[in-house]
Amino acid sequence: MPDFLFRNGTVLTSDGPTQADVVVSGDRIVAIGPAGDAHEHGSDARELRCDGMWIGPGFVDIHTHLREPGQQYKEDIESGSQAAAAGGYTAMLAMPNTEPPIDSGHLVRYVLDRGRQVGLVDVAVAGCVTAERAGKRLAHLDDLWAAGARVFTDDGDVVADAGLLRRAMEYLAQLGGVLSQHAIDPGLARHGHMHEGAVASALGMYAIPAAAETIVVARDLELVRMTGCSYHVQHLSAAATIPLLAAAKEEGLPVTAEVTPHHLAFTDEEVITTDPVFKMMPPLRAEADRAGLVEGLRSGVIDAVATDHAPHADHEKDVPFEDAPNGVIGLEWAAAVVNEVVGLEPVRFFEAMSVRPAAIARLDGQGQWLRPGGPAHITVFDPAGVTIGERSRSKSRNSPYLGRRYAGAVRYTMYAGELTFQESGVPA
Amino acid sequence: MVGGCTVKNFLTTEDLTREDLTRLLDTADGMVSLLQRDIAKAPALRGKTVASLFFEPSTRTRLSFEKAAKALSADTVSFAAAASSLSKGESLKDTVLTVQALGVDLMVVRHKAIGAPGRVAEWVDVPVINAGDGAHQHPTQALLDSLTLRQHFGTLDGVRIGIVGDIRHSRVARSGVYAFSTLGATVTLVAPPTLLPIAGEDWPAETTSEFDAVLTDLDAVYLLRVQTERGGASVFPSLREYTARFGLTAERFGRLKPDAVVLHPGPMIRGVEIDAVVADDPRALVLDQVRNGVAARMAVLYHLLGGDGDA
Repeated sequence: MPDFLFRNGTVLTSDGPTQADVVVSGDRIVAIGPAGDAHEHGSDARELRCDGMWIGPGFVDIHTHLREPGQQYKEDIESGSQAAAAGGYTAMLAMPNTEPPIDSGHLVRYVLDRGRQVGLVDVAVAGCVTAERAGKRLAHLDDLWAAGARVFTDDGDVVADAGLLRRAMEYLAQLGGVLSQHAIDPGLARHGHMHEGAVASALGMYAIPAAAETIVVARDLELVRMTGCSYHVQHLSAAATIPLLAAAKEEGLPVTAEVTPHHLAFTDEEVITTDPVFKMMPPLRAEADRAGLVEGLRSGVIDAVATDHAPHADHEKDVPFEDAPNGVIGLEWAAAVVNEVVGLEPVRFFEAMSVRPAAIARLDGQGQWLRPGGPAHITVFDPAGVTIGERSRSKSRNSPYLGRRYAGAVRYTMYAGELTFQESGVPA
Repeated sequence: MVGGCTVKNFLTTEDLTREDLTRLLDTADGMVSLLQRDIAKAPALRGKTVASLFFEPSTRTRLSFEKAAKALSADTVSFAAAASSLSKGESLKDTVLTVQALGVDLMVVRHKAIGAPGRVAEWVDVPVINAGDGAHQHPTQALLDSLTLRQHFGTLDGVRIGIVGDIRHSRVARSGVYAFSTLGATVTLVAPPTLLPIAGEDWPAETTSEFDAVLTDLDAVYLLRVQTERGGASVFPSLREYTARFGLTAERFGRLKPDAVVLHPGPMIRGVEIDAVVADDPRALVLDQVRNGVAARMAVLYHLLGGDGDA
């Protein structure tokens, strides 16, 4: 007995985009057929009109700070899951820089259990590369792996020691895991709060040159050649890093990269206000960098969009710029920001928002082009809609998108056959 | 900010027009005269309360503002970070909202964080004067320096000013460059490469690392203190080398134009950026700068607190 009928949208199937209906029963897609035919599967299914909309695999965020355990005053797995569902996400990869950091198996199991209890999205979690995320010795990689971690990162800090990183990559290459690098050279970044350029010069602020990222990636690519380990570059910020990635991919190295919506949408010019809502790591960079990132995402050298959703409480951000913590939230607005700023056609859009990130993070069952028999993780995106940055479902409000309008809107999110979000005002 | 009083704060020199600066300097000239009277006090700001909020240590700027406020008959309340609730963990925002609730008419804010006085101005309803925010701006310093130079030369038009020292980390340099060039002076920044501004193409100034090459062209040498507490130790090889290349030694002083003057925002480190003989020479205007600081700050307080007519 079918439960839902997505009616008459552009369906992103494993055979390409097609104008069709999608029928869902239980937690599966049971049919994809020419518009108008699918309803014959049953008349009591709930019909969701999708005229002019894109029906594709649920979005997958591979860079989310859920702050649980330890900092639930900023966010928790439940509030983060609600924000994710509202943003069209059906899966996310929680970062391990919690308190305590996720550096052993029981902590992985805790996060996975909480995610299942909430049940709005698939919650996966990355493990730390080093014990206590301290950059000194390897974390319990076997134990983390056995508990379900597939991506390993000290996110928030770079794994700076090349010898230690090499050992981690040798280990992960054998397990089949992914080393995900927060690529910022600590020496060049020391004391820095923003991009090194004319704005920092005018403000007198200690700054971080774009080379701080490029240098780390250049070094790490040599270690990928040595170890064969899958390597992922987090939150790309510098245009100069992109040719290195393109060459590495050309060479056949197992290398991937992500970019955040805020690095696609903003530059260091915003920081002239010293409003901490524009403080993040890596920092917003120059217009040439921003334009390079947009082009890199279009071409596919940059595989995926990742939010780096980083909640902080008001009292933490309502301070002078230099005293504020890094990060902004963005789960609910990412898709519209990307749609407006980058303007991808639907195949590349869902590739960047869903298919490639799911593959990078080894999230089985997610990021699959729609097909009969496939999992019913589905997001309906309306490129003609409008998203207005308003109150967030997150516990925090540190977002540069609040008060702005972006073209495109998530209309429906379906996770395992259940509607986890529908835009208010859309007839049910 | 002056003139139509459309901007109620004094946060940076970057957006001040020549008219703004000239009017403030003219007012300051009047304050200089006032301060030379037997009873150096005017009733202009009677009944107003000025709060000095120094979240970073300061001697001369804090005393200068308090003297300026009192000379205009304002009441003053002050605050030293070490003795305040900040040391108990109170946030900057809560601190300034508390001060506002006490009933003050203007806040003078110094803070180590860039943009902090601007943030405070967003949070409170009273005017805010930036008394120095990190390496960003110290606009009343630029005003008192402009006043000192104008007293000496009659105008800043065509005056060649060399600012020498840690430009990159200096709020004095950042505020001075804009004020001096807006008033018609030509500014050259002199420092080792590691202390020149990064990406400073937009600055209204020339830059060089060859002090001796520009020395004889200058009408005014503005020396900055070498700020070892801001990581100075690692940005040039040694203090001795710094002094040899960038210090105003007696020998270099002798090569200056005969009527050239020397300025320094203080505190001076004799023997590093300035030779003791130079510091004590009548052409070193350091104490004039301090005296003019009171008058310049009186002018800013007077304009921001809506004083009109004669002070």
